[in-house]
Amino acid sequence: MSAFLAKRLLIGLVTLIVASIVVFAVLEIVPGDPALLMLGMNATPEALEALRSQMGLDQSIPVRYFNWIGGMLMGDFGRSWTYSSPVLDLIIERGIVSLPLAILSLFLSTAIAIPVGIFAASRRGTIADSASMGAAQIGVAIPNFWFALLLVYLFAVWLRVLPAGGFPGWGAGIWPALKALIMPSLALALPQAAILARVTRSAMLEVLGEDYIRTARAKGMSRRTVLWRHALRNAMIPVLTILGLQFAFLLAGTIIIENVFYLPGLGRLVFQAITQRDLIVVEGVVMLLVASVVVVNLVVDILYAAVDPRLRVKA
Amino acid sequence: MTLVKSVLAATAFALVTSTSAFAQRADLVLGVVLEPPHLDPTAGAAAAIDEILYANVFEGLTRIGQSGEVLPALAERWDISDDGKVYTFYLRQNAKFHDGSAFDADDAKFSLDRARADDSTNAQKALFAAIDTVEVVDPYILKVTLKRPQGSFLYNMGWGDAVMVAPESAATNAEKPVGTGPFKFENWARGSSITIVKNADYWGEPVALEKAEFRVIPDAAAAVPALLSGDVHAFPMAPVGEVLEQFKADPRFEVVVGVTEGETILSMNNGKEPFNDIKVRQAIAHAINRDEVIAGNGMGGLGTPIGSHFSPANAAYEDLTGTYPYDPEKAKALLAEAGYPDGFSATLKLPPPPYAREGGQVIASQLRQIGINLEIIPVEWADWLSTVFKEKDYDLTIISHTEPNDIDIYSRPDYYISYQNPDFNAVIEELDVTADEAKRNELYRKAQEILAKDTPVGFLFELPKIGVWDANLEGMWHNMPVQANDLTKVKWKQ
Repeated sequence: MSAFLAKRLLIGLVTLIVASIVVFAVLEIVPGDPALLMLGMNATPEALEALRSQMGLDQSIPVRYFNWIGGMLMGDFGRSWTYSSPVLDLIIERGIVSLPLAILSLFLSTAIAIPVGIFAASRRGTIADSASMGAAQIGVAIPNFWFALLLVYLFAVWLRVLPAGGFPGWGAGIWPALKALIMPSLALALPQAAILARVTRSAMLEVLGEDYIRTARAKGMSRRTVLWRHALRNAMIPVLTILGLQFAFLLAGTIIIENVFYLPGLGRLVFQAITQRDLIVVEGVVMLLVASVVVVNLVVDILYAAVDPRLRVKA
Repeated sequence: MTLVKSVLAATAFALVTSTSAFAQRADLVLGVVLEPPHLDPTAGAAAAIDEILYANVFEGLTRIGQSGEVLPALAERWDISDDGKVYTFYLRQNAKFHDGSAFDADDAKFSLDRARADDSTNAQKALFAAIDTVEVVDPYILKVTLKRPQGSFLYNMGWGDAVMVAPESAATNAEKPVGTGPFKFENWARGSSITIVKNADYWGEPVALEKAEFRVIPDAAAAVPALLSGDVHAFPMAPVGEVLEQFKADPRFEVVVGVTEGETILSMNNGKEPFNDIKVRQAIAHAINRDEVIAGNGMGGLGTPIGSHFSPANAAYEDLTGTYPYDPEKAKALLAEAGYPDGFSATLKLPPPPYAREGGQVIASQLRQIGINLEIIPVEWADWLSTVFKEKDYDLTIISHTEPNDIDIYSRPDYYISYQNPDFNAVIEELDVTADEAKRNELYRKAQEILAKDTPVGFLFELPKIGVWDANLEGMWHNMPVQANDLTKVKWKQ
């Protein structure tokens, strides 16, 4: 198990280093001058020069790269050029919106998808199966921003029970803050749930066709016990893979939903930072996301080992 | 089952009661599309900064009023020497910064010197270029001596980039702005909203609002439900485009279409073939049907056609839209004369705003009629500034020049349009040293005429300001002579 972990950790570290070089290089190549962007079309050359040296842009590329990496190793992500506040503070401010949103959506999608998937698999070929998979098909096909707008018109404009968007901050109390996350998490969860339900169903069907299931039934176990104890556990591997991917996506891939609900999340921070060429923020957030994907994958790998003892031995 | 029912009922109840605490009528929530990068108007060009802070939190020596007029602000009056070079400003004696310190001539000197210093990062540093010296005569009298007379000096001092700041707080204004205005900065929830509250110690007429929140709503599709649900009371620059009619028909809302200082133009690279040939530019001007462009501009078909680089709201405006009327046949003939009987191909780089991306489609189809095939290249704003504006790597582009009274841009050396005409430059130089209003207006008209004839760019339309707000709200600015949302006169009707 420890060798398994060490190998995974090493892969993670290499991923991070490669990612840091790629991110830095890409942002150097993208056209756009952060100082010009700040000062606009009437800026005088002297003012631009002054701002560039304030931003540290007059230093050479390798110097800036190593300053950045060195700072991050010390826990200093640098200071945002546009917001002029520490990047780490910005990430934390946005993270306390994005992380709960991701967890809530993941919880919702799992709570919907797994029972539906199992239900459909256990009633394969029936109307109930076709109906739930038909619904899942629709869920995959509906764009989430469109579904989000539908929710807004229903709950905010018509019923007026939920705010149309925005985030009051956790300081405003748990309930107002959660209320602001209900519709966004639902909008995010629906397509995720649809995919997850289909994966659960097919994984279950595959397992249910295995010999050991027939053996278990032949031994006289009830359908229900076989389904929950033998089949579900073995069907968990593909489901966990998808869940891991979805969580990583939910952390920063939610830019469209964050825009529709004008939530101050990580996705919007990155988007805004890219359009404003606030490179230090983009680099910081991207590195954090890469790190979180690495961690999530590590957790998923460990969970694989937990559900499937054979993986523990093999590694 | 009963448990489920009662849980549902309780949830519904909680949802309803918690939203029924209705807005008190001294609160205002405004929607803005862009979040400002920081909150220091003296260190950034982003319109979003001034749209929140100008006149509300920060004030200058002078200020620009609703119709673009120069009004007294922190300077209650001023004298101008006969040679037009010495301005003596008499400052308000009871004005205070929000940190409690008094505003005096030392602060004013500091602010002006800071903006024109060598290491200044003021986005409009040129506004201060004419200043030679700034002297403190007495705590409330400031003497500014110019190197040469400058007709627009008082107007320049009314820009957001020329607001008064205190030495103690100048360095931290980006995060925690401290001004002298009728509102104080309260809170910035980054990515979400900026809140300002009434300043009880204000030197002038107190404002009616206790609190105003600027909520950042970047998505046009989200702006509409935010207004409809009552979450946002006003959208001074509403990105509502095609749904405008819905708001017009709804008695709960007032829709006001005003003017801005944004001349929207089809910029041509005059430093490059074939656009260095006036015949080609005239052909393009004749090929443009402004009404069609406006109808398809992504802003509800609103906007006033312009024939030169000047705002129709200005007293010196002259209607020159008839200089090169829409005439595709004539356009083709001119192209043939210029040596392009079969037309040519070029690129059209379009920055993100809808007027460019959507208006650009219309322009491309109009130019195709006379044989000019345009390849449309959408570019990001940062990309536009670097490649088009700075490196002049473009053929055609569409952009709105939103700075007020900026006809002088065509006289700038090395400007991205690369237009050169000594006659035009002479007019602009004369304007710069003329203070007499009538004479200035005459010169402005002359400048407009030269540009209209030379057509260095295709003049399209003046960008509209589409405001949508609660019908019970009064005192909102209808026009946008400067980039500002002046809330000083805004209140709820009884």
